[in-house]
Amino acid sequence: MKNFFSRSSQTTILFLVVVGVLALTLGGYFSFASSGFNNTLVSAQSWISSRFLAVQDFLTVPRDVIALRQQNAKLQADVARLQAQVVQLQQQVSQTQALAALVNFSRSNPDNSYTAASVIGRDPSPFLHYIIVDKGSNDGLRRGMPVVTDQGLVGRVDGVISSAARIQLITDPSSVVNVRLQKAGREAVLVGSIAGDLSLDQLPQDVKIETGDVVLTSGLGGGYPADLIVGQVLSVRKRDSDLFQQAAIQPVVDFSQLKIVLIITDFHPVDITPLIQTP
Amino acid sequence: MKNLIAIPVLGLAVMLQTAIISRINLLSGAGDLVLLVLVAWSLQESVENAWQWAVLSGLMVAFVSGLPAYVPLIGYLLAAALARLVIRQIWQSPILALLSVTFFSTLIYDLLTYLALLVSGSPLPFGDVLALIVLPSVFVNFLLAIPVHSLIRDLALWVYPPEELI
Repeated sequence: MKNFFSRSSQTTILFLVVVGVLALTLGGYFSFASSGFNNTLVSAQSWISSRFLAVQDFLTVPRDVIALRQQNAKLQADVARLQAQVVQLQQQVSQTQALAALVNFSRSNPDNSYTAASVIGRDPSPFLHYIIVDKGSNDGLRRGMPVVTDQGLVGRVDGVISSAARIQLITDPSSVVNVRLQKAGREAVLVGSIAGDLSLDQLPQDVKIETGDVVLTSGLGGGYPADLIVGQVLSVRKRDSDLFQQAAIQPVVDFSQLKIVLIITDFHPVDITPLIQTP
Repeated sequence: MKNLIAIPVLGLAVMLQTAIISRINLLSGAGDLVLLVLVAWSLQESVENAWQWAVLSGLMVAFVSGLPAYVPLIGYLLAAALARLVIRQIWQSPILALLSVTFFSTLIYDLLTYLALLVSGSPLPFGDVLALIVLPSVFVNFLLAIPVHSLIRDLALWVYPPEELI
């Protein structure tokens, strides 16, 4: 009986002590002790956790590297494929824009009929400014037909085979185009050069030329239809000792970026050579 | 049969020339891949058919170009002749021979073109031709000559394998 009381009193006292300690802890009376304990516990936990993670990394990283390499290779392949697609789509957009511009041009000039052709090469000789296009006599192209873009005059067909044609650009040194100055209303001769520059020749000294004057084809000579835009006057060289004045022309067409051109297929050039008297 | 290899090789060279090389200009000059292929082929000692290659090159370029047909024909024949002369009689150093023949054959070809255009009624200012076309073309041809030569040397070794001594 005595043992029973002593045991139950011990239990009660222990319970009360524990409750008391808990109450004091919750009340903040043991904060200095609990914080120290907590810090020790957290430090130990961190140490164990970091060691565990290190061991886990050691065991799992090699497998992850292989997986990452595979994933990286796959992603690189995807990137390469998508970049190729982007380039392809950019080319298509560029081609579509060029075609849309040419369609607009042909709609705004319904008097003529046109055949569109892609530029596939240039003359092997640097002395000549010729381009090669992918349409030929099978598509109705004939020698002498004028070639334009939506911006203006490009040149004329110089040679044709069944599926390709060679076009002489107006920048070619041997190219001669009869033109008219829109503002001054006077005719002149436009010639090319080996550097690809255009200039007006045989322009009388009394003609008043201003920078920015628009140059159009005159239609004289029968080589080109009239009123095709060629360019603008860039500068004028006038010397009293010369018979004619000269003008540098800025072409409206960027000949280095030609991709698609229009051939005017219903224009038949007139060869006036037999009519020209030779001394 | 060995002559037939000239058709695809020179055909490819003409296509690359018109599609790519002619678009890459230095001032107004450009490289001449067909000339370089011909020179590199003619400089191979084992090669026996350099003349056929020269005629074929001339015909192919004459077909594509707006130049008078005799210009590429004569120009490439002279280039092949110069290369055979150099390899047989003068130098045994392939790089020196290559660069010398490239230099002189480019000059000869461009001079021939200049004269042909002069005769056909398209006179060009000689100073401009020299500064804007000839010298830049020589420079570009120098740049292209060595890689073209190494490719053509491998081709020549494939077509004419060296005889093994027993």
